[in-house]
Amino acid sequence: MYVAVKGGEAAIDNAHRLLAQARRGDPAVPELDVAQIREQMGLLVDRVMTEGSLYDPDLAALALKQARGDVVEAVFLVRAYRTTLPRFGAALPVETGAMAVARRISATFKDMPGGQVLGPTFDYTHRLIDFALAAGGDPEPAAEAEPDSDAGQCPRVTDILGAAGLLETSPPEDGAPVGDLTREPVDYPADRALRLQALARGDEGFVLALGYSTQRGYGRTHPFVGEIRFGKVGIEFVPEELGFPVPLGAAALTECQMVNQFHGSGAVPPQFTRGYGLVFGQSERKAMAMALVDRSLRAAELGEAIVSPAQDQEFVLAHCDSLQATGFVEHLKLPHYVDFQAELELVRRLRAEHAALHEKVETPIREAAE
Amino acid sequence: MSPAAALPQTGYNFAYLDEGTKRMIRRAILKAVAVPGYQVPFAAREMPMPYGWGTGGVQVTAAILGASDVLKVIDQGADDTTNAVSIRRFFGRTAGVATTTRTAEATVIQTRHRIPETPLTEGQILVYQVPIPEPLRFLEPRETETRQLHALAEYGLMHVKLYEDIARHGHIATTYAYPVEVAGRYVMDPSPTPKFDNPKMDDCPALQLFGAGREKRIYAVPPHTRVRSLDFEDHPFRVQRFERPCALCGAEDVYLDEVVLDDAGGRMFVCSDTDHCETRRDAIAHGESA
Amino acid sequence: MSQAPLLRAEGLTKRYGARLACDGVGFDLHPGEVLAVVGESGSGKSTLLGLIAGETAADGGSVSYRMRDGTVRDLAELGAAERRALMRTDWGFVRQDAAQGLRMSVSAGGNVGERLMGVGARHYAEIRAAALDWLARVEIAADRIDDPPTRFSGGMRQRLQIARNLVTAPRLVLMDEPTSGLDVSVQARLLDTIRGLVAELGLAVLIVTHDLAVARLLSHRILVMRGGRVIETGLTDQVLDDPQAAYTQLLVSSVLAA
Repeated sequence: MYVAVKGGEAAIDNAHRLLAQARRGDPAVPELDVAQIREQMGLLVDRVMTEGSLYDPDLAALALKQARGDVVEAVFLVRAYRTTLPRFGAALPVETGAMAVARRISATFKDMPGGQVLGPTFDYTHRLIDFALAAGGDPEPAAEAEPDSDAGQCPRVTDILGAAGLLETSPPEDGAPVGDLTREPVDYPADRALRLQALARGDEGFVLALGYSTQRGYGRTHPFVGEIRFGKVGIEFVPEELGFPVPLGAAALTECQMVNQFHGSGAVPPQFTRGYGLVFGQSERKAMAMALVDRSLRAAELGEAIVSPAQDQEFVLAHCDSLQATGFVEHLKLPHYVDFQAELELVRRLRAEHAALHEKVETPIREAAE
Repeated sequence: MSPAAALPQTGYNFAYLDEGTKRMIRRAILKAVAVPGYQVPFAAREMPMPYGWGTGGVQVTAAILGASDVLKVIDQGADDTTNAVSIRRFFGRTAGVATTTRTAEATVIQTRHRIPETPLTEGQILVYQVPIPEPLRFLEPRETETRQLHALAEYGLMHVKLYEDIARHGHIATTYAYPVEVAGRYVMDPSPTPKFDNPKMDDCPALQLFGAGREKRIYAVPPHTRVRSLDFEDHPFRVQRFERPCALCGAEDVYLDEVVLDDAGGRMFVCSDTDHCETRRDAIAHGESA
Repeated sequence: MSQAPLLRAEGLTKRYGARLACDGVGFDLHPGEVLAVVGESGSGKSTLLGLIAGETAADGGSVSYRMRDGTVRDLAELGAAERRALMRTDWGFVRQDAAQGLRMSVSAGGNVGERLMGVGARHYAEIRAAALDWLARVEIAADRIDDPPTRFSGGMRQRLQIARNLVTAPRLVLMDEPTSGLDVSVQARLLDTIRGLVAELGLAVLIVTHDLAVARLLSHRILVMRGGRVIETGLTDQVLDDPQAAYTQLLVSSVLAA
C-alpha cells in the first residue's frame, strides 16, 4: 500500500547537521578563525562586503566561514542580516579626493600631482605558484617610499581634466535625496545613482563579462583609465541634533574613473565623458568593469544607439544581482510536481492526437506497401 | 500574547521584518486590494531564504500575520514538502504563531502552486508565492512596455498567444499559470497553479494576496471578485479532468499527483492536496467504525 | 479632392546635433491620395515618416489628423491610449525591415489576427477566417497560415505586413521603402498588389522611397526632399516629366540613365 512521503522536518534537520560537519572538514586540521579569514583572505572579504552592500570585515569573514567559502552564499548571509539593521540616516558623500592612497595609478598621464603609487598589486607579479608559501613564514618587509614633496595631495585626474573643460562636469547637486535600491523598487528607466548601486552590488563575474563585451565591440565606449585609486577615506555623518558632521570611522575603497571619448552633440561640444566605479576594499577588476558598464548604460543620455546588452539598463539591472540569479536558477530544485503533472497530461493528449492523425494518414500508405 | 513574548528566538522582530517594513508592505497590499489585479511595486527586502523560494509570499505573510493567527503552509498542495516545512518553521520560530495543516482551521494559508481543495471561507487569507508576476513577460520582456500595455489595457498580445496554441494544437495548450482577467480590467498571472485551480479564484470569499519578492511586486484579488480565465468564444476555457479518482480517498474532481511505483510502468494517482485527502480518509474510517 | 485633408503636416522640424534632419516640412494628404516622398539617403525622408508616425519627437511643427468622427486633432495632443488606438486601427505602417513590422515567431494567421484581437475580437474561427481572407487578398496561399514569417521569402513578408496592417480597414498607411531589397520581378508583383489594394480600398498612403519608378507607379503627388527640406512638389507625372529644381532634374536623369 502506498504511503505518502513524510518526514520533511527530520530530513531537513539531519541535512543541516551534515552540512555543519562538511563545513568543519577534517577535525584533525585546526579550525579557521574569523580573524584569519579577515586578514588573509582580504580580497574575498572585500568582495563579500561589496556585493553584500555592508562594510563590516568581521561579519563578511564570518559569513565566508559559515558559507564554506561560497561567495554568493556569504553575500546572501550578509544581505539577509543587513535587512534587519535599523537605519538612522545617510553618511555624507565620501571625499575620495582626500583619500589616503595606498595605490594610485593613471593610464592617461605619465605623471601628475601626487604621482603614481604602485602599492600592493598583483600587477607585474609572475603568476608562478610559490611553493615556499605552502610552508608559511613571514614575508620580507617592503621598503618605505621617500615621500614626494606633494605626497598627500592627490587631486583626482578627472578633476584636473575637468578644470580644463575637457571632461564633462558632474551635474550640480540638486538636493534631491538619492534613491536606495534596497528600500524602493526600481522604476525603469532608473537614474544613474540607482544604476551605480546595482552595479556595485552586482555579481563581479557578470559585471566583468559585460564590461569586457563593450571592449569587444558590443557597445564600444573607447575607454581610458583616467585613474584608479585605493585607500582609506573618512566617513562622516551629520546627526540631526548636532547639525555638524562627526567622523564615524574610515573605510577602504577602490575608485575607478574611466575617461571616454565623446564627439559631442548639437548642444554639447566634443569632450570626454566618464564612467565610474566604486567598491569596498580593493578590487580594481570590479571597479573597472563597473566603470565600463556605467558608461555604456549612459547611451540613452548621450544620444548613442542602444544595440548591445551592456547598454540596455533593463537587461543589466534585472540580471546583475547574484542573489536574484542564484535564487531563481536554484529554485528549479523545488518540487514542481503539480505543473509537471499538468504538462504530462497535455503531452499525453497531444501524442494521442498526433498518433490518431498519423494513423489516418499512414494507414493507406502502409496498405499499399504491403 | 504580546509580540515580544512570541519570540523564542533572539534578536529579531515578530515575524522577522521590522515594523516599518511591514507597514510599507501593508500599504502596498492595501493598494493592491484597491486596484484588483494591478501589480503594485514594493521594496522587497532580502530575506533569509533565496529569491524564487517564496520570499514574496513570506514577506506578505510576515506583514499581515498577527499573534493570534493560525498559519498553514503548502507547496504543491502538500504540507510536508520540504519548502513548506521550512517556511512554516520560519514563522514558528520568528513569530511563534500557531500552525496547522487543516485548511479549515487556518486564518492565513501560504501556498506555492496550488489552491486548497477545501473551499475557502470569509476571513481567510490565501498568500501565493509568485515567481514571475507579469503575465505578458514572455510575450514582451520589457518592463517599460508591459507597464504601458497594462495601463492602456492592451491585451491583444495575450490572445495572440492563445490563438497560436489553437492554431498549432487544436486547443489552448497552456496548462498552468493560465492568465486571468480580474474584475474586468487587469490581466493577471495566477502564479504557476495548474489551470485546474483557476475557477476557485472566481468569486472566492477569501482574500487572495500575491507576493513576488525577486520581481518586487504585490497584487491582490479581494473577496468576491470576478476572475475570468482568458479564452475564445468558440474555444472556451476548460480545466483538466482526471480519468480516475484518488487511489487513497476516492475523491473525484480534485487535482491528482502521479506517483511512480516501480520501473515497470506502475503508477498511481493520489490527491495533491494532502490535507483534503487525510480529512476524507479520516471521515471514511470514522464512518466505517461508527 | 476639394474636401478637407485627412492629414496635415506643418513646419515639421527635427535637429540631430547641429544637423537639421527635417527643416520646416509641411504638406496635406487627402483621403484616397498617394503621396510619395523621394530623395537620396540622408535627405530626411525617413525622419519625416518617423515624425508623422509619432515615433520621433519633433523639435517644431505639428501634425493634425481628421479622426473617424470628423474632428481634426493635433496628434501631439492625443493621450497615449488614443494615439495607440489610432495607430492600430485607423493607421498602418509597412516597414522596410519586415522583422520590425511583424512578429517573427508568431504564425502568419496570428500576425494578421493580432490587430483584431487588440480591438476585442474573441471568436477564434472568425479571426481565422478574416486572416485567411486577407492572406488571399495579398496572394499568400491559405496553407501557409500557420507558418511563421521566418519561413517566408522577402516578398511574402512584405505582403504579410500589408495584410496585418489592412485587416482593421485603416484610412491611412505609411510605407517606408516597402519594396527595397527585393528582386525586380518580386518588386513588380508587390507594387501591383499595393496599387490594386490602394485603389480598391481608397487608402491614403504616404510612401517614402528612393526609387522614382516606385513613385511613378504608385503615387498621385510627389515631394522631393534634399538636406531636410522640400525642394519640389507637385503631381507625380508633372514633376517627373518636367522637373523644375536642378536637383530633381539630376535625380530624374540619373534614373533614366541607369
